[in-house]
Amino acid sequence: MPDENKKPGLLRRFLDTPPDSVGKTVFVAVVLCLVASMIVSAVAVSLRPVQEINKLKDKQINILQVAGLYSPDTDVTEAFKVFEPHVLDIATGKFTDQFDASTFDDRAAADDPELSVELTDDPASIGRQAKFVTVYLLRNEDGSLDKVILPLHGYGLWSTLYGFIAVEENANDIFGLQFYSHAETPGLGAEVDNPRWKSLWRGKKLYDENDVLQITVAKTAPPAGQEFHVDALAGATLTSNGVDNLVRFWMGKAGYASFLASVKAGEI
Amino acid sequence: MAQTPKELILDPMVDNNPITLQVLGICSALAVTSSLQVAFVMALAVTAVTAFSSMFISMIRNQIPGSIRIIVQMVIIASLVIVVDQVLKAYAFEISKTLSVFVGLIITNCIVMGRAEAFAMKNPPIASFIDGIGNGLGYGLILMLVGVIRELFGSGSLFGVTILETVNNGGWYVPNGLLLLPPSAFFVIGLLIWAFRAWKPEQVEERDYKIQVVEEH
Repeated sequence: MPDENKKPGLLRRFLDTPPDSVGKTVFVAVVLCLVASMIVSAVAVSLRPVQEINKLKDKQINILQVAGLYSPDTDVTEAFKVFEPHVLDIATGKFTDQFDASTFDDRAAADDPELSVELTDDPASIGRQAKFVTVYLLRNEDGSLDKVILPLHGYGLWSTLYGFIAVEENANDIFGLQFYSHAETPGLGAEVDNPRWKSLWRGKKLYDENDVLQITVAKTAPPAGQEFHVDALAGATLTSNGVDNLVRFWMGKAGYASFLASVKAGEI
Repeated sequence: MAQTPKELILDPMVDNNPITLQVLGICSALAVTSSLQVAFVMALAVTAVTAFSSMFISMIRNQIPGSIRIIVQMVIIASLVIVVDQVLKAYAFEISKTLSVFVGLIITNCIVMGRAEAFAMKNPPIASFIDGIGNGLGYGLILMLVGVIRELFGSGSLFGVTILETVNNGGWYVPNGLLLLPPSAFFVIGLLIWAFRAWKPEQVEERDYKIQVVEEH
């Protein structure tokens, strides 16, 4: 019987070779690794389709929510068909047919040196900005434009906030702002998810009559220009500043300004 | 030291609780207890991993070479954790988003490793499985207790259902923001350990040292 000094009786039985022999040790390690890796890869491969659907659905739910079309019993896939996805060339503000809008991956594009630019003026702290993004159009029944849903992201206190903003057909009134992914402080910065705070954005205006970007998130309301002011979150100054920076960045010249100008001109 | 299945389940609840007596698995207990729903899923995940890893390790315990036994245990535990993580991502996407990295960190949860080394290596598979369930539930019990306190007073709700209407939503309750941050779990768990040891004085550890009395008064 093999004897191990530290744990007597631990390896009582053994078939042929002593368990602590080099051969047995290598054999057990190899067999265990093979079995474990086969199980893990089988599970990962067989569950991937379901996981992909979940991710897609999650994004669609957020787009529906920001457009005010979501309730818990909505059939997401069906409801999402009302949106018209387009890949937008940010620099020109025009749609492009280079990519398939239903499969274009914005986040991958932001990492791709071919499809993105390094930012020098980077108030939203995003590093690289994709040249192309997927935007969603919502049309009325008569075919006229109702809302545009634009993705935006930027750095808060701890994390990058990813979200969508819904803008009315006049390219100025905000319908809603929603973040679907962030890791801000629960109870403070994470209140960006609070429905009451999100409702503050509805009806606010992006630009004044001279097309100058005016929207701000700030602690104190200005004496005039209430329609451009969203109250900052109490106790979350840095997250609020982050939201202010990212909204102003994406709605500004480096972002959707030229696209929104063509929306305003009725070209979309 | 043969224990009945009932003892194997009940013993880790109070008398030999992995968190309050052995003070293991504290890291994840801090991170996932700010909401009850997340704490509940985490408790289930840890219970499943502990039970199955103990069972598999016990099955091959006589074949595991002593020199690599810790690595063998880690491989089995890690594989199970990946399986649990993948299943959560497929069938409980919302919750897996909130748990994020902490499912993966079950690998490093000392409770799983502790039961493998302390119980499964010396006991038959079925007993090891039940022991794993018991310890997972003991961990879950503390998670739920901490979760109730933190969610109720931190966000005024239980399982996401509003109990105390918070000021942010137009109610009267000013939530205690500290309870939503991980350090508060230290205080709550500390108080729980105090309460458990006041109730069961035999759990109090003996002092490592005694202050020498120089002169009797």
